[in-house]
Amino acid sequence: MTGAYIDKDYVYAVARIRSAELKLFDKAVMDQLIQAHSADECIDLLLEKDWGNGSRNADEILSTEREKIWELIDELIPDRQIFSIFRLPNDYSNLKAAIKESVMDYDYPGIYIQEANIDPMLIRQAVKERNYQELPDEMANLAAYAHSLFLKTRDGQLCDIVVDKACIEAILKAGAESGNEFIEMYAELVAVSSNIKTAVRAANTGKDRSFLDKAICDCPTLPAEGLIKGALSGIDGICSYLMSTDYSEAVGELKKSPAAFERWCDNLIIGKIRSELYNSFGIGPLAAYVLARENEIKSVRIILSGKQNGFSEDVIRERVRETYV
Amino acid sequence: MANSGLFWALLGAALSAGLAGAGSAIGVGVAGRAASGVVTQEPNMFSKVLILQLLPGTQGIYGLLIAFITLTQIGIMGGDPNISLVKGLLYFAACLPMAIGGLISGIAQGKCSVSAIGLVAKRPEQFGKAMIFPAMVETYAILALLISILSIFGIVNVPI
Repeated sequence: MTGAYIDKDYVYAVARIRSAELKLFDKAVMDQLIQAHSADECIDLLLEKDWGNGSRNADEILSTEREKIWELIDELIPDRQIFSIFRLPNDYSNLKAAIKESVMDYDYPGIYIQEANIDPMLIRQAVKERNYQELPDEMANLAAYAHSLFLKTRDGQLCDIVVDKACIEAILKAGAESGNEFIEMYAELVAVSSNIKTAVRAANTGKDRSFLDKAICDCPTLPAEGLIKGALSGIDGICSYLMSTDYSEAVGELKKSPAAFERWCDNLIIGKIRSELYNSFGIGPLAAYVLARENEIKSVRIILSGKQNGFSEDVIRERVRETYV
Repeated sequence: MANSGLFWALLGAALSAGLAGAGSAIGVGVAGRAASGVVTQEPNMFSKVLILQLLPGTQGIYGLLIAFITLTQIGIMGGDPNISLVKGLLYFAACLPMAIGGLISGIAQGKCSVSAIGLVAKRPEQFGKAMIFPAMVETYAILALLISILSIFGIVNVPI
């Protein structure tokens, strides 16, 4: 295929996504799920809506739906590189899993996320054999460092934050390199919400400066230094720092509960991408669809686990994310 | 050049058919890609999206009409093909509105049709409204057609 024939505007893909958006859950469907009397009733509803592949196992239904997203996207955009940013967290999650599996010396092949940029088994093998050169350059040094850090300190949390920070930095880098305003905005929002979440957890557990330096990365709209200084003086410090940034709205949610804040972060992204519903060209509507589907699956997971654990409607409703459509 | 008037008039006719046709081809092409996307997901939407896809096709027909009238007027299709340089240039100028207007409005209408196809995909019951938006772009192709026709028929009466 020569350049002239490549669908640069993604006209075909966006039109397919427009039709696919019809099947996204709106608020009414989410309400129906929340109001269901049991997890079983929720699963009946999901099966009615063509979710899953016939199985009544909640995890299987959700993982099938996630696979469906990527099947559609792979069909529409043969170049996997364009959407690699959305799979980056899975790569880094697989790295964490591989390090833990290797250190604990157990076999848990089921903990790896298959939908990733780097073959999970390659990461597993490389970490197991400490042959990091097998990994792509950007991950090789990190894998070696995180692995040795875990072996030396036996501190799983420290290893996690080092990998998580690298993940956020990779997302920010991929966003900046994408040359696409939408993907850049997504990367920034993911980094900001992740940094605030980390800062809040660190402040709650009284972590020191060196931990925060390892955990929080610099974002263009939320410099690390201010957030670290805020976190060192507790939740109030974070709140007063956030008041001076673009994210002052987060403060109210942070004061309510960690769940309310996490919901606010996801809603912020969904709110920003909603304009793509009216865009007929480009990668934006496709990326927005992926995020909307991921968000929808997250909400359904929250509802299902809430129902399984017997939580009340109000508790579940507080955690369910806004819908895209 | 012995008959450069004929050359200019012919060039006008060629541009009218060629550029307006190119505009339509781009417009129908881009709308066709969107239509295919919708039909892949919802095959029963075929007839609705087909109409929207065809809307940008009219510019090509208008361009052909102008080219055809011009060829008849300058005697290429029978009669005396000897026209003066000035008259040839006048025919050339008369064809330009259709050539330029057809090219640009065809492309713009195609993009508008893509959005209308997206609208119909989401809300099939709003087909009537979806058709109006790309049809608005048609106005300007018709205005260009009108001026080209009036000019071509008016040239006969110009005392040169």
